Amino acid sequence: MNAILELFNYDFFQKAFLATVFASISCGIIGSYIVARRIVFISGGITHASFGGIGLAFLLGFNPLLGAVLFAVMSAMGIQFFTKVAEIREDSSIAIWWSLGMALGIIFVFLTPGYTPNLMSYLFGNILTVTSSELWWMFMLNVVIVLFFTLFLRQILYIAFDEEFARTAGLPVDRYNYLIMTLIALTVVLNIRVVGIILILSLLTIPQASANLFTKDFKKLIVLSSMFAFIGTMIGLFISYFLDIPSGAAIIFTLVLMFGLLRVVKIFV
Amino acid sequence: MKPLVKIENLTCAYDKIPVLENVNLEVNERDFLGVIGPNGGGKTTLLKAILGLLKPVKGKIVFGSDLQGRKKPIGYLPQVRHIDKKFPITVFDVVLSGSIMNGIYRPSAEERQKAEQLLVEMGILDIRHKAIGELSGGQMQRVFLCRALLSDPKLLILDEPDTFVDNRFEGELYEKLRALNKEIAIILVSHDVGTISTYVKTIACVNKSLHYHPSNIITQEQLEGYNCPIQVITHGEVPHTVLQYHHH
Repeated sequence: MNAILELFNYDFFQKAFLATVFASISCGIIGSYIVARRIVFISGGITHASFGGIGLAFLLGFNPLLGAVLFAVMSAMGIQFFTKVAEIREDSSIAIWWSLGMALGIIFVFLTPGYTPNLMSYLFGNILTVTSSELWWMFMLNVVIVLFFTLFLRQILYIAFDEEFARTAGLPVDRYNYLIMTLIALTVVLNIRVVGIILILSLLTIPQASANLFTKDFKKLIVLSSMFAFIGTMIGLFISYFLDIPSGAAIIFTLVLMFGLLRVVKIFV
Repeated sequence: MKPLVKIENLTCAYDKIPVLENVNLEVNERDFLGVIGPNGGGKTTLLKAILGLLKPVKGKIVFGSDLQGRKKPIGYLPQVRHIDKKFPITVFDVVLSGSIMNGIYRPSAEERQKAEQLLVEMGILDIRHKAIGELSGGQMQRVFLCRALLSDPKLLILDEPDTFVDNRFEGELYEKLRALNKEIAIILVSHDVGTISTYVKTIACVNKSLHYHPSNIITQEQLEGYNCPIQVITHGEVPHTVLQYHHH
């Protein structure tokens, strides 16, 4: 126990702890929406497309997260555009953006002269190397998401549940959908440093699956998933530190293990 | 009688294939219109056009002064088969989603009270904290009827409220609609032609075109004349009068 408390004296660990808090809240809220609306696959497409932006940033030498944001938002809009306007089936247009982003990323990284040292931390995440400026961005995203979902929870919920009925009630459905898509893209990108592109879907779905075992109420789902995400990520972080294994993988493993345990608990309660 | 909705020369299409052509229809105060017709004949399309969910290719829909000034004048009960049964939402929240929302919104005390009162009237107050997926077909339809009625509409539009519903509830539902009809106009789409004709006042046969029938008794010959190939159930001793009033 003392060893754990001692960790909080280290600057890198304080940052990792804050990153955990921010990741849990943003992924808890956005993930609940994604799961309720069954758009996990879209989110996967956006996540992977953002790799193209990271590659471009490496090549041109600007902040990789900025590149990722650019590509994530672009692909989120692109998927909607392909589906609605170009009338391509939704799952196909997701796959197109998903693979296009990855392909561009690989080309850009290949063209980048020299060695690209941080590439692995974007693909698989490393919560122990999160920087102060990244934390500030995460903090601001959390403020925006929490405010938006607190003030407009009912509209968001009703549109997600029955879009057509919401339209007859005069809600600006398209505006909400585009706005939330943008928030999903930003959430994905700013949490890439925590668990990485490959693993981010887990933070958006596993705590929600655990929470869904105990509640079918959207508000409670949000709160409970944030809590489960926090607990799982913290335990994963400790495991990663003490066993010296990659943090992203340790976090995901803990989250799945937690889900399994809670599922068993559910049988008896 | 004041007209609530007036449809003139309405043509609607999906991917340039016309589903409705040159439809004319007037819905007046306290009308109870049954819309019948074959599957794919355009019944739901007609409702969506009235609700503004679908942009007509041609023609126009004019709303009466009674509907124009209101924020949400039309109550709508969609087909339940489009609902995601696993969605994490409670019954009470579904009913509250029928309210009128602008900007930052919290349901008012009156709205909550109204929602509770509607749930009491439908006899389902005890399930208000349940998730929508835990309900039976009949309970779900009742919840959606509560949602449609929350904003005190002047016109109620129901799309096949008798699917996934047992006979007992079907009777209750239609009695409820009959009571509501004293105050508000109702448009009801149904595949169960036999039952609705007991309750509706007029009938519209929709099969690409629309034939208005100003009574609730319709005969086999008339249906054929309307080009409305629907399955007809005959009742009792009058073999050709298909849908005369009858007691169960």
